[in-house]
Amino acid sequence: MSRSKGRFGIHGGQYIPETLMNAVIELEKAYEHYKDDPDFNRELTALLNEYAGRPSLLYYAEKLTRELGGAKIYLKREDLNHTGSHKINNVLGQALLAKKMGKTRLIAETGAGQHGVATATAAALLDMECVVFMGEEDTIRQALNVYRMRLLGAEVIPVKSGTATLKDAVSEAMREWTSRIDDTHYCLGSVMGPHPFPTIVRDFQAVISREARAQILEKEGRLPDAVIACVGGGSNAIGSFYHFIPDEGVQLIGCEAAGRGIDTFETAATVNTGRVGIFHGMKSYFCQDEYGQIAPVYSISAGLDYPGVGPEHANLHDIGRAQYVPITDDEAVDAFEFLSRTEGIIPAIESAHAVAYAMKLAPTMDKDKIIIVTISGRGDKDCAAIARYRGEDIHE
Amino acid sequence: MSNIRTAFQNGKAFIPFITCGDPDLDTTIKVVKAAAENGADLIELGIPFSDPTAEGPVIQGANIRALAAGTTTDKIFDMVSQLRKEISTPLVFMTYANVVFSYDPERFMARCCENNVGGVILPDLPFEEREEFSAVAAQYGVDLIPLIAPTSADRIAMIAKEASGFIYIVSSLGVTGVRSEIRTDIGQIVDVIRSVTDVPCAVGFGISKPEQAEKMAGLSDGAIVGSAIIRILEQYGKDAAPHVGEYVRSMKEAVMRAK
Repeated sequence: MSRSKGRFGIHGGQYIPETLMNAVIELEKAYEHYKDDPDFNRELTALLNEYAGRPSLLYYAEKLTRELGGAKIYLKREDLNHTGSHKINNVLGQALLAKKMGKTRLIAETGAGQHGVATATAAALLDMECVVFMGEEDTIRQALNVYRMRLLGAEVIPVKSGTATLKDAVSEAMREWTSRIDDTHYCLGSVMGPHPFPTIVRDFQAVISREARAQILEKEGRLPDAVIACVGGGSNAIGSFYHFIPDEGVQLIGCEAAGRGIDTFETAATVNTGRVGIFHGMKSYFCQDEYGQIAPVYSISAGLDYPGVGPEHANLHDIGRAQYVPITDDEAVDAFEFLSRTEGIIPAIESAHAVAYAMKLAPTMDKDKIIIVTISGRGDKDCAAIARYRGEDIHE
Repeated sequence: MSNIRTAFQNGKAFIPFITCGDPDLDTTIKVVKAAAENGADLIELGIPFSDPTAEGPVIQGANIRALAAGTTTDKIFDMVSQLRKEISTPLVFMTYANVVFSYDPERFMARCCENNVGGVILPDLPFEEREEFSAVAAQYGVDLIPLIAPTSADRIAMIAKEASGFIYIVSSLGVTGVRSEIRTDIGQIVDVIRSVTDVPCAVGFGISKPEQAEKMAGLSDGAIVGSAIIRILEQYGKDAAPHVGEYVRSMKEAVMRAK
């Protein structure tokens, strides 16, 4: 497979219609040029620091640590970024890159709405047109984010095809891109899709571990024993892992959405239940049936409700460098409530999957061990849905 | 070398696309026979996929109906082996990379070979990823049909040079579906192809009317029609065969008029 680009082990590649090939080649060339361009990086760093509020805090969760009675837990607070999640890191990078490429219009998919809101925000700031594709099911689960995107000047298109969730939003954004390439950049929100997206998004999200590594060394004088992040497509997780990958003593743990359990059909735990396939531009693990039909997946979290995982994660799993654990809806909701009460931090339901695993792991570890948990986003958007999950109907 | 070349030996070719199992496989058999009897030179059989990202709403609908009817790759191979007892028209499969990958490319191509299916079209498999499938396809004498798009530009010659069977020229940007007008300069794309290969090329995406088919076949070696046929299936369901036959006849007549 000598011609194939963007491989992570056997995963990755560029499985897309010919119509898009020159667009991704052009994107790759532009990225190769600008990623080391001092002006581009100055501009991006200024946006990240002055606009998005970076660096994000690495917060010692003392009460949580005490309650769990084991390893020290630090929270990497991506929820404190402007727009409320890690998504802004990638979006500012891609929007700036698209602008340099002469594009005037951004399209994006969104699940929970966090990436859609971030893209709409960057488009507003950089004077670009913005269209966001969102599964119709998700526009209902995340009505507030739909309003935020419209408020920011974006057009939100509810996607009715398939399961009307994140995967269908990605499919529809890809279809839209094939029909309008000249002025449009597809601002993909996760470390997935065809090369060069998994690399570009990873590089823009790697700021998380670049900061966290320096912060923990400053606070503790040593590296952590484990880094935990939730994984849908896997952008906050790869960002949280990236600069720790060469540090072999640091355990990297991705938390997948198990939905109602990995022994049920209502799950989105791709690495735990899927097998290798080709979809949405990449080779990776996918939830699918024996004939390769992509499975309808389920999770309480709209942001993790995706049947695939980024190719770099698939490879980290294959080579044993990272492990991927399933977390059920119940465990995530418990963690959502637990972190809110113990630390006064309401995490996104996506991030609550990572907190849930920390709640299992920390008590099994000695008190001199250290865990970093990435809080990828804030949970305001989830309050109504969690209330419903607990049998309480509130109106936003 | 497959039998695809023979499809281009009766003047300009008319190539209908039919999604297998829409609304069920018995209907597909009747529709394919009707198309063959009414002058289809090559028939593209779609193996349904849950998430057909290169398709517009009409063919997406056919995929959903076919899967809902319980259509699987195995059942389609069985249907083709039954069809092969009655028709000798060249056949190619159109599906997505994961369907073949998941079946195991070697096993898939072997069954194509057994059933005299001459080619496979995978719209999500560009030139750069071909080798993974083309080596095993060649081993079983199956052509992996490449696609060339309006955006291919400097890639046209590179793709055409390695083509076998035929070359699928995508007429327009976007996904499959009926279009009132095709603006791409097809003649220019064909000129580049002709400068590097004598593999025939046919134009698809957006063609529904006889005049469009005549024009596109005039610029190339044939015309491919999908969504317009799926609409007939949508309308007539299990009774679609004679209607598809009638449509195919009118379209074959149109491409034969092409200069």
